[in-house]
Amino acid sequence: MVSHDLLIVGGGLAGLAAALSADPKLDVAVVSKVHPIRSHSVAAQGGINAALANNPKAKDDTWQKHAYDTIKGSDFLADQDSAELLCQEAIPAMYELDHWGMPFSRFPGGVIAQRPFGGAGYPRTCYAADRTGQVLLHTLYEQCVRKKITFYNEWLVTGLVVRDGVCLGLVAYDLNTGKIQPMKARAVVFGTGGYGRVYKLSTNAYINLGSGIGMAYRAGVAIKDLEFVQFHPTSLIGKNILITEAARGEGGYLVNNQGRRFMEDYAPKAMELAPRDITSRAIQMEINKGNGFNDQYVHLDLRHLGREKIHKLLPGIQEVCIHFGGFDPVDKPIPIQPAQHYSMGGIDVDNAGASSIAGFFAAGECACVSVHGANRLGGNSLLDGVVFGKLAGRAASAYIKGSSGKTNADQALTADSEAYVAKVKELRSREKGENVYKLLNDLKELMSENVGIYRKQRPLEVALEGIKALREGYKEVGLHGASDRYSQELITLIEFDYMLDIAEVIVLGALTRTETRGSHYRTDFPVRNDDDWLKHTLMSWTDKGPKISYRPVVIDKYKLEARKY
Amino acid sequence: MPRTFKILRFDPEADAAPYFQEFIHEPRASDSILDALKEIRDEQDPTLAFRYSCREAVCGSCGMVINGEIALACRKQVDAIASDEIVVEPLPNLHLLKDLIVDMTPFWDAYERVEPYLQPEGSVPEKGHRIEEEKMEQVFQYITCILCACCYASCPVVSRDERYVGPAALAKLHRFITDPRDKRTWESLKKMDDPTGAWGCDTVFRCNQVCPKEVEPADGIEGVRRRLVAERVKRIARLKK
Repeated sequence: MVSHDLLIVGGGLAGLAAALSADPKLDVAVVSKVHPIRSHSVAAQGGINAALANNPKAKDDTWQKHAYDTIKGSDFLADQDSAELLCQEAIPAMYELDHWGMPFSRFPGGVIAQRPFGGAGYPRTCYAADRTGQVLLHTLYEQCVRKKITFYNEWLVTGLVVRDGVCLGLVAYDLNTGKIQPMKARAVVFGTGGYGRVYKLSTNAYINLGSGIGMAYRAGVAIKDLEFVQFHPTSLIGKNILITEAARGEGGYLVNNQGRRFMEDYAPKAMELAPRDITSRAIQMEINKGNGFNDQYVHLDLRHLGREKIHKLLPGIQEVCIHFGGFDPVDKPIPIQPAQHYSMGGIDVDNAGASSIAGFFAAGECACVSVHGANRLGGNSLLDGVVFGKLAGRAASAYIKGSSGKTNADQALTADSEAYVAKVKELRSREKGENVYKLLNDLKELMSENVGIYRKQRPLEVALEGIKALREGYKEVGLHGASDRYSQELITLIEFDYMLDIAEVIVLGALTRTETRGSHYRTDFPVRNDDDWLKHTLMSWTDKGPKISYRPVVIDKYKLEARKY
Repeated sequence: MPRTFKILRFDPEADAAPYFQEFIHEPRASDSILDALKEIRDEQDPTLAFRYSCREAVCGSCGMVINGEIALACRKQVDAIASDEIVVEPLPNLHLLKDLIVDMTPFWDAYERVEPYLQPEGSVPEKGHRIEEEKMEQVFQYITCILCACCYASCPVVSRDERYVGPAALAKLHRFITDPRDKRTWESLKKMDDPTGAWGCDTVFRCNQVCPKEVEPADGIEGVRRRLVAERVKRIARLKK
């Protein structure tokens, strides 16, 4: 049986940061369903926040101010101790990345360059042109090569193995051999990313199906605040490819069909650099009011920045527009619309990434500490992955050193693995079964239609009913073809099962939370209600459906205030 | 308009040899080849296998041969292809595993051979390294590389001698040796000082032609060669003293 001290699932930023911070004396391996550098972290563009105070306009920036912006941005749902930890750790993290080879853009004098981003009081977003995620992920992977970390690439985890509240390892599907087998570990860290492709219109990679969150949920860990779904204001129409917030940070305008910078009606001070929830709502409102183009999009205009600045600071955006839109943003405004982008909620973990299951940890987008609360600020997700990935790797190492060897792990692992093999065999026996891709596309339509930026009771109920019907449909799906090698249908069958859980938890959370906070906007309850709803939603799996409970927010320093920008 | 997609199929457990299968499919106007492949899989044949992830030309998963041209399937738009017939094949120079999926192991092995990581001196400096803007920007051409292996697949040297590390790995090495923070030694550099390394290149620039990210790996190979020569000259001069 495959066996390691520590198994890390996911080859994105959080997973690789965990692998690099794990105790080098331990036997560590990373399991990833794609080669690590194909992970979705690669698609992040604009930057990573840290109060380095390098920008001439940010000389008195501090990590406390970064924490305040993060907490206000979260609409006060972030746990303040966690947000402070994130922002304090950000500063040494940048210097470590720099030493690992991260090719940050520079200011005169050679210090790391920093640009303005939404919802931030100071320009504190470090970047490498607009390819920050790509070069950051490559940098961490390079360090993993240097440290000779073991990788199981193109292995999809199918579930956690847990007995008596203790994590014993996992079961995984090796795409190349087609075999399903157990993997034993003394601790497991999930850095499995978000679930963006539960939605039809999403900036996310096609692979972001989010099954990791579902696996933790089924294994007995609560899922926190999943109703908070971030819609990025600017995605390229037609493809929904991300157009970085840095485009506005560098001075881009949002313009409606009357040629007006409409953000002055929604955020007169911050204008285009309001936080994402506010900006996305503003764009959607303009489109709904008939102020968009073709009732679908508004313009992001970069033309006044000039060719040189666009080419130097936003080369990736220029490339996306040319190759995917057929125009150059130097000459034409970019047609954009909001699209699903990020999950604020996720697996319930503490500041060390530890969950309610002993030996099971999570970090990055799949986890919810919570530092992003009801709305994440741009530039804080790469930071979350790097900082909490590192902390989770350390905490898991400490846990392993403090734990004794487990008995009967092999038996449980073999049993769970055999059960999954039997499940796949059963799927294959339904050769004429329903096509899982059809169900997946139906789910995406259902979510984009009913659980978007503006929410209200009836559409949310429709979504919940639709999910129930899809669950019935899933009982009829079949697996086709002669072999299990590189079967993307099998991958989708495995993940879709968990996606239904995720969708249900998102919708139920949205339906239950009868207030408006951050990204969660209820047209039938359009104001924030701190008396009743200043609390985290927790959902636990039961065979009768999700069980809801609540937890107070940690508020120890920064006072509640109205969110004006 | 409906198109005929001629897609190379191969399942080693069921087929004696690869073959082409035809699918008639009408893509949407905004579709890329990747979107079209997904639609064919979703609607006509769920067993069709190909790699993908980001669908925006940054992850490097979907390199393949489209009407004889090596390209990323996500970046190749259907509308940009005039012919009714679209032939899709896996990347050459790599062993075929299933349908459009090839074994990338030799590519990753080559990548690791160049020691593709920064080798700085000392521990993390307080407040980080200071690097002039222009110096840092020298590496920007090379950091856009997404390791998609399009160059590796197009390289005539790789096709005749698999011991050659290929363009992407050498461009990656050049990215590091132009980085002012990197202090790698001759012990590390000399691993590429032979015909399986920097001297293997035939300078026919196929890599530059196919690179979807304008990395121009051949520039990097030239850069590595210059550095190797300079190091050798330095060592000879030192010996004479």
